[in-house]
Amino acid sequence: MNDFEHEHVETDADAAVTDAAVAEQVRLERQTDEGEQLLTQHSEIVVTGGPWPEVEGESQTMIINMGPQHPSTHGVLRIMMELDGETVVRAKPIVGYLHTGMEKTGEQLTYVQGCTNVTRMDYASPIANELVFSMAVEQLLDVTVPERATWIRMLLAELSRMASHLLFQASNGMDLGAVSMMLFGWREREEVLRVLEKVTGLRMNHNFVRPGGVAADLPDGWQDTCLDVCDLVERGIGEYDDLLTGNPIWLERMVGVGVITKDEALALAASGPILRSTGFAWDLRKTQPYLAYDQVDFDVIYTENGDCFDRYRIRLYEIAESIKIVRQCVDMMPSGDYRVQNKKITPPPRARIDESMEALIHHFKLFTEGFRVPAGETYAVAESPRGEVGCYMVSDGTGKPIRMHVRGPSFYNLQTMSTMIENRMVADGVAIVSSVDPIMGEVDR
Amino acid sequence: MITVADPAVDTAGDAREEEHKVEPPVPSDEVAAAICAKFDDAIFHESHGQPVVYIDRAHWAEVATLLRDDEQFTSCMDVTAVDHLGDVERVVIDGVAPERFEIVANFLSHTRNRRIRVITEVPADDTTIASITPVYVGMSFAEREVYDLYGITFDGHPDLTRILMPDDWVGHPLRKDDAPARVPVTFKGDPGPR
Repeated sequence: MNDFEHEHVETDADAAVTDAAVAEQVRLERQTDEGEQLLTQHSEIVVTGGPWPEVEGESQTMIINMGPQHPSTHGVLRIMMELDGETVVRAKPIVGYLHTGMEKTGEQLTYVQGCTNVTRMDYASPIANELVFSMAVEQLLDVTVPERATWIRMLLAELSRMASHLLFQASNGMDLGAVSMMLFGWREREEVLRVLEKVTGLRMNHNFVRPGGVAADLPDGWQDTCLDVCDLVERGIGEYDDLLTGNPIWLERMVGVGVITKDEALALAASGPILRSTGFAWDLRKTQPYLAYDQVDFDVIYTENGDCFDRYRIRLYEIAESIKIVRQCVDMMPSGDYRVQNKKITPPPRARIDESMEALIHHFKLFTEGFRVPAGETYAVAESPRGEVGCYMVSDGTGKPIRMHVRGPSFYNLQTMSTMIENRMVADGVAIVSSVDPIMGEVDR
Repeated sequence: MITVADPAVDTAGDAREEEHKVEPPVPSDEVAAAICAKFDDAIFHESHGQPVVYIDRAHWAEVATLLRDDEQFTSCMDVTAVDHLGDVERVVIDGVAPERFEIVANFLSHTRNRRIRVITEVPADDTTIASITPVYVGMSFAEREVYDLYGITFDGHPDLTRILMPDDWVGHPLRKDDAPARVPVTFKGDPGPR
């Protein structure tokens, strides 16, 4: 009985199992039927083995946006790329995400305040922007800067160039997957910024080069500080050279990628390392010397191939040239005033304000109204780490410019990217954007 | 050469016109001399040691072509504009009729290692000018910027769209009558794809 009952129970269970199995079977059949229908529709061409239908006209391309939040776009650059498979047919840089109207702001600020504005444009090498702004104001004022101020400006410009190129080495390494390079580059750059901080008081956005000279004299012991950082950076760039220049992966990613010819670079108004990588030895420091660049010994680095690897090499060896100039500045720094002694342009020393009513008035006037600049227009240029940075300034005889336009080299260099990236792979795009070294603060201003 | 515009002295206009008929001095800059020889309306001016040529708007693109083809000016480095509305004092060059806008182009010859600046006047009621992007392709971004910020139309530019401001922006921010902070800061919803 027990057995029977057991069997009965078992039969119940069997029935239950069978029901479930049937239900599952029905479900599966229905699903398969539906699936079959879908599959038949979808795979008709494949199953019959016929040819793929011809697409009318050109082959199908896809528009894809790289950025503005892509980590390799150095800020907020957006690149609209038309892709055929993985090949870039066309690319268009789209800018403006960092537009803060700095040129409009420049029209609201006096000439004394103007430097705080322009120094924030190219934030990787602020001294170059302050320099062209000050040079433009000095040309309008017809003021000659004392020799020591000129040499201090040159020293700082070269330190700034070192910091900017070290930042490029770091970010370029990071873009191409050499993360240790990023750490190395940042390590040396921080030391250079420490020197700039000691001299100017700020790591970046120094507001140190001002119309009429510089804001303060060099601090005590600046010679040793500069020479120490030169030794340190020199050892650093030797390490980068060992790590990267002969590295097969590095060469694979860089050599022959993003080629631009001399004619293209000139027509696109490219300057700086991009132009020099095409075999054109054009450096404003040599060809149209400003400051005291005609009195120091340095070489213009240029290469012939115009590819990403050449731009990397040029920037690496330009650091060595900047070290050479900094060392000569330490040797040859003249004594004298660090700003022009014109009471209408330079504020009085702090101590004079306590004892002289005239000094107090001048100080007050300078920092509230600024000084008046004769009506006129001028264009001052300098070689920034990225190329020709220019300042076109128009004055109407008042304390504020009516037009303060800065020609950011990145703005024009960015256009070469479209040429370089054509018919390359998407992955090369990262190397190419990195090798253009755009600073978006300067592009969008 | 330089006179400062002063409305009070304009009564002596006839006498000044007499002076204008005097043959202009030969430009000290050879490139400027070449431009002045080709275009009758070109006026040379030296500004802080830099050669400047003022040219009529009609010849804007022709001057660029001349500089590129005949004078070895390999690059145009910069194109920008100036809005002279409400100037307290303005440098007026003899023979140049001042208008509200000025378009300024800085040319550089790498081979001859020299620069020249070409300026043209654009009236406020007709803000169009020929584009030099077909001559110097690198000026595409620059002219788009001038169009965006000053509302000056460049005829013949292949892609004249806003570059720095959003596409749906109304107005041209660098014009003097476009006041800063005109648009209050708002946190509106995303307008969606345009």
